[in-house]
Amino acid sequence: MNFSVLQFPASNCDQDAVHAVRLLGHSARLVWHKDAALGDTDVVIVPGGFSYGDYLRCGAIARFSPVMQAVKQFADNGGLVLGICNGFQVLTEAGLLPGALIRNRDLQFHCENIFLKTATNDSPFTNKIPAGKILRVPIAHGEGCYFADAETLAKLKAHNQILWQYCDATGNLTDSANPNGALQNIAGICNEKRNVAGLMPHPERACEPLLGSDDGKWIFESIFAALKNKTVAQAA
Amino acid sequence: MKAKIIITPKKAVLDPQGKTVQTALAHMGYTGVTGVHIGKYIEIDLAPGTDKAAAQKALNDAAHKLLSNPVIEDYKLEIE
Repeated sequence: MNFSVLQFPASNCDQDAVHAVRLLGHSARLVWHKDAALGDTDVVIVPGGFSYGDYLRCGAIARFSPVMQAVKQFADNGGLVLGICNGFQVLTEAGLLPGALIRNRDLQFHCENIFLKTATNDSPFTNKIPAGKILRVPIAHGEGCYFADAETLAKLKAHNQILWQYCDATGNLTDSANPNGALQNIAGICNEKRNVAGLMPHPERACEPLLGSDDGKWIFESIFAALKNKTVAQAA
Repeated sequence: MKAKIIITPKKAVLDPQGKTVQTALAHMGYTGVTGVHIGKYIEIDLAPGTDKAAAQKALNDAAHKLLSNPVIEDYKLEIE
């Protein structure tokens, strides 16, 4: 399977994402932000970093780059897109995901390990995460507080679009386990069609025991499984 | 000609910067401050003789698409 990892000026988790995908046995390559085409691609990863210096708002400028027009089309055709951290911000700015990410409630940049509860296995990004498994993955962001108006939030819930929520080590969705003040402890969501997802934590930094946790691999394994099923379905 | 755009966080959106500054003002003894909202101010230079109505329309479009994020921010546009 081919992963395309976008590369904007000041992306800094692009190489980590490529490394994680290759480590887990699939092929990944970088796609420059000025490229107007993705090439042979099964999955797009919009990586973390500070695209275009986070000028104006996080993700606001990246959204207009040539490559993002190709990503929009790819997503419209049902392609899988995962935005991590700054990538999540880019996807909300681009209107591919609802809501917005705003300044952490304590105004601090948080760089730490957190715990994640998977809210549903019904998505290409969560289907392989073992039931009840609490994922320990790092976060590193200053603007990760998820916000959406009441109507959008109700829609997210009605369509089961909340994928991950911050929790404590035993899986309770407490306020003290919420690192940034995100509404409903939301760490990651998907769109209504379920082919585009974004999350603030960094699964690509937690795919091997050497890094302290390999829980992040479950998210990638879910994507691999979803693609495999799709290929089988197409062949049949 | 100049366009001035003031961007502020929507009322329903958490504004931790505003809250922190409000608390600091209270600590300094400034009484009667009931709210602080921190946003952005953007000044755009326009070529002399630009049609005001056309600029208004174009900048509203730009403010909606790029300069502000309508999910979390409101904006006010003035051209002078």
